[in-house]
Amino acid sequence: MEEVPQGCPGTGSAQAGRGASCQGCPNQRLCASGAGAAPDPAIEEIKEKMKTVKHKILVLSGKGGVGKSTFSAHLAHGLAEDENTQVALLDIDICGPSIPKIMGLEGEQFVEDNLGVMSVGFLLSSPDDAVIWRGPKKNGMIKQFLRDVDWGEVDYLIVDTPPGTSDEHLSAVQYLSAARLDGAVIITTPQEVSLQDVRKEINFCHKVKVPIIGVVENMSVFVCPKCKKESQIFPPTTGGAEVMCQDLKIPLLGKVPLDPHIGKSCDKGQSFLMDAPASAAALAYRRIIQRIQEFCGHHQPKEEHLVGS
Amino acid sequence: MLRAQGRAVHQCDSGWVPVFVDQEQSISLMSVGFLLESPDEAVVWRGPKKNALIKQFVSDVAWGQLDYLVVDTPPGTSDEHMAAVEALRPYGPLGALVVTTPQAVSVGDVRRELTFCRKTGLQVVGVVENMSGFVCPHCTECTNVFSQGGGAELARLAGVPFLGSVPLDPELTRSLEEGRDFIRDFPQSPAFPALSSIAQKVLSEAPARLS
Repeated sequence: MEEVPQGCPGTGSAQAGRGASCQGCPNQRLCASGAGAAPDPAIEEIKEKMKTVKHKILVLSGKGGVGKSTFSAHLAHGLAEDENTQVALLDIDICGPSIPKIMGLEGEQFVEDNLGVMSVGFLLSSPDDAVIWRGPKKNGMIKQFLRDVDWGEVDYLIVDTPPGTSDEHLSAVQYLSAARLDGAVIITTPQEVSLQDVRKEINFCHKVKVPIIGVVENMSVFVCPKCKKESQIFPPTTGGAEVMCQDLKIPLLGKVPLDPHIGKSCDKGQSFLMDAPASAAALAYRRIIQRIQEFCGHHQPKEEHLVGS
Repeated sequence: MLRAQGRAVHQCDSGWVPVFVDQEQSISLMSVGFLLESPDEAVVWRGPKKNALIKQFVSDVAWGQLDYLVVDTPPGTSDEHMAAVEALRPYGPLGALVVTTPQAVSVGDVRRELTFCRKTGLQVVGVVENMSGFVCPHCTECTNVFSQGGGAELARLAGVPFLGSVPLDPELTRSLEEGRDFIRDFPQSPAFPALSSIAQKVLSEAPARLS
């Protein structure tokens, strides 16, 4: 992928190829000819590839550190517990690819026979390697992941994203636009500073026409292991996700308590659902996963082509 | 968080006027948040547009005489980080405070942040470990909610100073949400000595490290 110049007006803009900052850009002639504004052929190619993928779920958050990758990983684990369900987890957090570590993978791509993972983390030779890429290069990688990975027959493709509403999110939505995304799950913590960013995330989904499956409130309540009393480490100063979801008429999929064992399982690359199946947090996860499955089940794609003909 | 939401940014002859957040006018602030019509508005920009704004924040804001310019960044090692380093480098000295939480998954990402600093010639002032333990208000048992030890270990491996650990304090969160002056309101909080000590270290050690 070529680097674009500072002040690039955007390939789809009326100024494409004509602006002052276009001088010297290797793509200047292409943009000036109007070809840059044509839809990316990769979108159709990805649509073809995605024909064997039944459900596609984006996991988003406004803020970092709310437990999005942890949730994506456990959504994948939970769905894959049924050995007849084929699950794929795609990590498009190019700068902070945590999924390989959370899934306990050091290069192999399959956690179980029915659970495969793809991440830029697998392409880095050292845990210290930094991916210092600007937007266009990250977009190129995401395109490659979606178009060039042989996903095969997949029931659920979960796409874990970095926090925010930028290149990665726009690219994921753009490249999957023809392939029909089931929807987005948005992760938050209870406090207003986090919710404020979630509202932006919800607006993003509306802008780019991605359905919202619902919101998950993470780190909801902490139960002291010694005295068993509850504390709210991240106080819901404005009513938490519950009030926000009521106001915006969006489903609250569930609340997950803050359990120190979740972090420990992730650090060991193990499924928390297996490590502590009877814990309140594991039960909360399972209820949320079930609701996501129900949402996807009600929004089945029409059977346009019968597989196996 | 600094109780400045909804304030307007004005122009003067030397550029945009930053927003003062305290009576003494010792802390001024600039953020894209001031330029949005509503706090719920999503900023759905690709890299080049973000880079342009960051450059403007450095060169077109009338900062005046400053002892410290603190730049809060999003997670990652991408457009915003490169733009900030490029825009600020001519104005040196420039250093980085790197924040992690204790668990290995977080440290795993922050190692890459330290590589970013090395590759871009950013001097690391030190590592701060945030959310380091929670003291139950009912029974005072301290639980390591996000594991422990990652920050100090990371600093040791990378050969940079470890500035300290800040424990979780729900009152800190509440105070930030409500825009209160945490330092004035909660001298008894477990987070206060930690934050003060880190600030002291930055004040005393940063000038030497960055010269």
